[in-house]
Amino acid sequence: MLELNYDSVVIGAGPAGIAAAIRAKELGLKTVLVENRDLLGGIPLQCVHPGFGLHYFREDLTGTEFIYRFFDKMEKLGVEYLLKSHVHSIELVSHNEKIVNVITPQGVMRLNTKTLIYTAGARERHIFEINVVGDRPAGIYTAGEAQTLMDIYGIIPGKEIVIIGSGDVGLIMARRFALEGAKVKAVIELMHYPGGLTRNIVQCLQDYDIPLYLGHVVTRVVGKRRVEKVVVTKVDEKLKPIKGTEFEIPCDTVVLAAGLIPNLDMLEKIGLIIDPYTRGPIVNEFLETNIPGVFVAGNALVVNDLVDYVVEQGELAAEGAYYFVENDGIPTVDWKPIVRGRNIRFIVPHYVSGKRDVVLYARVQQPEKNVIVTIPEVGWKMKQFNVRPAEMIRVKLTKRLLERASSAEKISIEVIPGE
Amino acid sequence: MSERELTCIICPASCTLKVRIEPGGSLKIDGALCPRGVEYAKQEVIDPRRIVMSVVKVVDGDLPTVSVKTNKPVPKKCIQEVMKATASIELKAPVEIGQVIIKDICGADVVATRRVKKVNSM
Ligand SMILES: Cc1cc2nc3c(=O)[nH]c(=O)nc-3n(C[C@H](O)[C@H](O)[C@H](O)COP(=O)(O)OP(=O)(O)OC[C@H]3O[C@@H](n4cnc5c(N)ncnc54)[C@H](O)[C@@H]3O)c2cc1C
Ligand code: SF4
Repeated sequence: MLELNYDSVVIGAGPAGIAAAIRAKELGLKTVLVENRDLLGGIPLQCVHPGFGLHYFREDLTGTEFIYRFFDKMEKLGVEYLLKSHVHSIELVSHNEKIVNVITPQGVMRLNTKTLIYTAGARERHIFEINVVGDRPAGIYTAGEAQTLMDIYGIIPGKEIVIIGSGDVGLIMARRFALEGAKVKAVIELMHYPGGLTRNIVQCLQDYDIPLYLGHVVTRVVGKRRVEKVVVTKVDEKLKPIKGTEFEIPCDTVVLAAGLIPNLDMLEKIGLIIDPYTRGPIVNEFLETNIPGVFVAGNALVVNDLVDYVVEQGELAAEGAYYFVENDGIPTVDWKPIVRGRNIRFIVPHYVSGKRDVVLYARVQQPEKNVIVTIPEVGWKMKQFNVRPAEMIRVKLTKRLLERASSAEKISIEVIPGE
Repeated sequence: MSERELTCIICPASCTLKVRIEPGGSLKIDGALCPRGVEYAKQEVIDPRRIVMSVVKVVDGDLPTVSVKTNKPVPKKCIQEVMKATASIELKAPVEIGQVIIKDICGADVVATRRVKKVNSM
């Protein structure tokens, strides 16, 4: 068995992992990037629409254009990577020794490493997780599967499509199908408000006359070999299906865009602690988890809507890994918790030292208009015309600002009504 | 139709824009938080345009398709024309990002947005 030693092993070559591997290499860490698929790039490689890189490159790029800029950088720096390599398990030896067992086309490899940067993305919720009963014929795809078929392999999976979920992923997939000449019969959304951005409702649904059913659920799939129709039911205020409101939509394909969940099974086996609100790990300001030297970034940390933040997290995790390697561990400090206040669903990271700049990512619980987002302990405020769960709030707090909270026991973020 | 409500799609703020066509034919736009919204509303009322994206088949490449987009927004009524044109062609690898795939269609060029390297076919 081949055995190799590294400062940092990065698992998953989407934008988070690629950004982390580049940064780690720039900082002089001996690094390898390990990817399951036969392609680098993760989700953006199969996103042909624009909307990527507005913050990072100040340009509106397609997912593909965005990720190739990073491929070029990887090549220039000579970042080491493995494709078609499945991480089988992770073992903890001591605080600064981990073993990553990888099955590669060349055989089983054992990577000994001081730090681990875990960037394996999120998994898509499948049909058995959202209370849809009935048949399980061909023609049911997750959005990611449909996107891989269409935009990597050029195969359109069906002709008459029903999409479950009105987040940006569902809306963007609806437009992709419509552009390719498929008939998108409906987008079905459980909540009473759309999940995605209003601009995507306009340019993805209204442009193609695609009906959106808010406050509805698909309760049943019907079909012998292939999907023939779905049964849709209205839900009440409490999101419970209302008897007698069922109707059918004939279709040959169901596409699930019903949410993402950080993909962390492998780390949970070695004792990772999970935040029930993000469903990702509890982390400090270096994105280090409760397992020393294990850092998590990108959709494995928290489901992001913007790739720019994913890259930022990947780079930060690499800086954390560097700091860890230099100091033989992240030095212990009095970590201050960051807590959720009014109308905040989650906040990442969970602990800060107050000794360096940090970037906070949060989502609201409910859409709200004319509000103020505030962090009272440091006297920070931001007026917002609109806050919505679909848009992550990003706040950068400088060390100077954080010093104001030096005697506080915690730092809290909340959304309060504006005047 | 003398008044229309639009949602600005230029940035995530998604402002609601009220567009009124004045008797003289000029446009009055309310609700935009920034000038780009005013520009958008004018364009949207007079001649709505969109970027179009798709994939085109590639032979002898490391990927079976290359993703493409129009390098400028094209009139909405031309979207199908662009899609038909991209569906009917097949390219040979290699393809470079930015390479023009179809020149001058509906006032824009269709350009590649992914790289496809040549691999030797068996
Ligand atoms: C349809 C759609 C549209 C989007 N549109 C936009 C947009 O317009 N603008 C924008 O900014 N963002 C957009 N996003 C979001 C953006 O794509 C994601 O936030 C981003 O890709 C997350 O990056 P990641 O690196 O965390 O995960 P991913 O991109 O999912 O990459 C994870 C990688 O890890 C690999 N992996 C998983 N498990 C293992 C394992 N055990 N071993 C090795 N490798 C593994 C996977 O194969 C994959 O390559 C969109 C997403 C989707 C789905
Ligand atoms: S008007 Fe300006 S701020 Fe409002 S959505 Fe359009 S671009 Fe954004």
